[in-house]
Amino acid sequence: MTELGNICLWIALLIGLWGSAVAFMAGRTHRADLGRSAERSIFALWGLLVIASAALMHALLTHDFNVEYVAAYTSRNLPVFYTWSAFYAGQKGSLLLWALVVTTFGSIALLVNRGKYRELTPYVAGTIAVIAVFFIATMVFASNPFERLGFTPPDGRGLNPQLQNPGMVFHPPMLYLGYTSISIPFAFAVAALVSGKLDTGWLHAIRRWTLLSWLFLSCGIVLGMWWAYVELGWGGYWAWDPVENASFLPWLTMTAFLHSVMIQEKRGMLKKWNIGLVVGSFLLSIFGTFLTRSGVISSVHSFAQSNVGYFFLIALVLFGVAGFGLLWWRWPMLQAETRLESMVSREAAFLFNNLILVVIAFAVLWGTIFPIISEAVRGTKVTVGPPFFNQVNIPLGLGLLLLTGIGPLIAWRKASTQNLRRQFFWPTVAMLVTAAALAAIRMSDGWSIVAYALGAFVTVTVAQEFVRGVGARHRLHGEMLPLAFVRLVGRNRRRYGGYVVHLGIVMLFAAFAGLAFKRETEVTLKPGQSVDVRSPYGWTYHLTHQGISQYDELNRFVTAASMDVSRDGKYLGTMKSEKRQYLDSMGQPTAEPATEVAIRSDVREDLYIVFAGAVQGTEQAVYKIVINPLVWWVWYGGLVLAFGGLITLWPSAQGPTPASRRRAEPAGYVAQVGA
Amino acid sequence: MRARTKFIIGGALILGTVGYLMASGIKETGVYYLTPTELAAKINADHSFYNVGVKMGARVVKGTITRDVATQTITFRASDGAQSYPVIYRGLAPDTFTDDVDVVVEGRLQPDGTFRATTLLAKCGSRYEAVPTRTT
Repeated sequence: MTELGNICLWIALLIGLWGSAVAFMAGRTHRADLGRSAERSIFALWGLLVIASAALMHALLTHDFNVEYVAAYTSRNLPVFYTWSAFYAGQKGSLLLWALVVTTFGSIALLVNRGKYRELTPYVAGTIAVIAVFFIATMVFASNPFERLGFTPPDGRGLNPQLQNPGMVFHPPMLYLGYTSISIPFAFAVAALVSGKLDTGWLHAIRRWTLLSWLFLSCGIVLGMWWAYVELGWGGYWAWDPVENASFLPWLTMTAFLHSVMIQEKRGMLKKWNIGLVVGSFLLSIFGTFLTRSGVISSVHSFAQSNVGYFFLIALVLFGVAGFGLLWWRWPMLQAETRLESMVSREAAFLFNNLILVVIAFAVLWGTIFPIISEAVRGTKVTVGPPFFNQVNIPLGLGLLLLTGIGPLIAWRKASTQNLRRQFFWPTVAMLVTAAALAAIRMSDGWSIVAYALGAFVTVTVAQEFVRGVGARHRLHGEMLPLAFVRLVGRNRRRYGGYVVHLGIVMLFAAFAGLAFKRETEVTLKPGQSVDVRSPYGWTYHLTHQGISQYDELNRFVTAASMDVSRDGKYLGTMKSEKRQYLDSMGQPTAEPATEVAIRSDVREDLYIVFAGAVQGTEQAVYKIVINPLVWWVWYGGLVLAFGGLITLWPSAQGPTPASRRRAEPAGYVAQVGA
Repeated sequence: MRARTKFIIGGALILGTVGYLMASGIKETGVYYLTPTELAAKINADHSFYNVGVKMGARVVKGTITRDVATQTITFRASDGAQSYPVIYRGLAPDTFTDDVDVVVEGRLQPDGTFRATTLLAKCGSRYEAVPTRTT
């Protein structure tokens, strides 16, 4: 089967090259036959990559350990669930997945837009073919998943225990889906630039794609946080590690694009900026893969160090030069149709929102690659850590949170005093009351008070929108309140879905602000001994070490330490954290022991217990105990965010608002406030 | 004043603030990332470097790890092949910390030649892309 896979990759490489050449020719000459050939090349690429993927999957599931990739990432006793995920546990499989997903999305984009955007589609197909060629070439020349060994090991090395977690099964594909789907907006941007069809048509074609890829990235990032939290056992979910930053960067620029695209649709401004954001997001997604896969910045997550890095670097430069070069070439065609009229307007709020998002992205990028920059400039590597990122991003993030409340409600063009009073009176009251209340209970962290006050501000703006909207439908159409609510959201999915996303963002900010109150202790306890830990809410946890037990389980040997937990005298239960030594089918240890954390989570705080090890030969245990306030809000904030994204993304029954209708609206269009 | 000008002023203010925060952030929290050899060279050139916190990337010398669980102290020798330092670390080591792995320790070199680490990171690089070896 692997020979078949390998052959498929080679044929795909040739077809990809053919497709790219033919597509760009079709775009120039407007020859329909060439266009069809280009389109078919993409479908053929997809088919070949499906076969190649099936071949790799077959090798994994049949334990063909003669294949290097299979031997490196699986073993006979690995549960099937994780054998599936071994497909993308390593670099080679990830590349195949990338290529597969790019061509899948490419094929869907071509099918969905069949007969539309005739000027653009050949170039779209061509760009997708070029991207696919890059990944296939990287596989064939540098990192072939079907590479065979000179011998057949009796068993594989097994999957890294830290990857044997449900979060890790879904986190990487979500991120890859996010990274890869940005290729489609990029392809449309390139097509628009090359063909010179720079009206809003291409924007309509990609808005949904960008949202989709934003949604995948969001889910991927939150799942990654969850994985880090439950699996890595250091007590947190975000460490500003280069690989984490790499996924955050395109998320920031895409978030910026999703907002600024509204300005272009409504007011014909920011055309160059929007193309720049699409190109930038795509480059950052390639850069993210590059960071993860090249190990260029020493990071605990940079799993691989190989020459694949050079392929990515070349691709980054080529796509960057092509994308920004085309933008520079078409610069004169991208003049704004209107000007910013007032600083007190929705346009201005969105401009600042974009500025802050991009500045955050720049700061994060700078901090991430600073070791490389400092080494190149001064000869010594200097690294920056979480304090740098926090110092820069906390004020920026809070500014963004404020704009989250202002942007959607303030009037277009120029807000009147009346508009401001109507929209922002109650939110401001809520903000001030929250700030005063938190100051009164002596919350010790200033930034957190600001975060919660702004959170209250945004929440009330959103609630007010829903209340007014439902009220208006109730009055005008005589609908019952629940029906009015459903129709309100259903008929304005983009707007109200956006509000739900904003609520998710508020929840995430609330959770992040809670990090200021984290408590951490490390203790060594004999059985029967106990320790008291104070929670930021003033409670006292009383934890008693019960002892250590050892037993076999599935593909691992477990050492478990149990603690009885009570809070303010009330017994809460026993919490068991483990050290797991994974074994291969012959009973040999396969990797370093992995920690299984015990977590007791509720809306207010998490009690997080790490069993760090036993004192040699005794039942005396070393524990790390962490009180993590409001972590629950990260996961549920992420869910709300994803739900809001889905509402926005869901195709509406009436179809998307056509550009013509939007254009026909009077220029003095003011936000439809409530009614 | 036109709105555009105002926006440019506002944007410049934001950029200025961020620029300042970034510069001061790097100045205050930036940490040298050195190999043992580079660290030795820095120390030889300038003895005040003992007071500077650094990150040292090196490999754990096989068989040198000692753990005192009661005091949660770990000692080992970290080497880049040419130069090596004994490292003393108090705290919990990550799961991936074993013989022969790459580690990044953050802390200060003491005048007595030991490296006192406040953080210890172990890389799992070798594990992830290792070529399977012939085993019986």
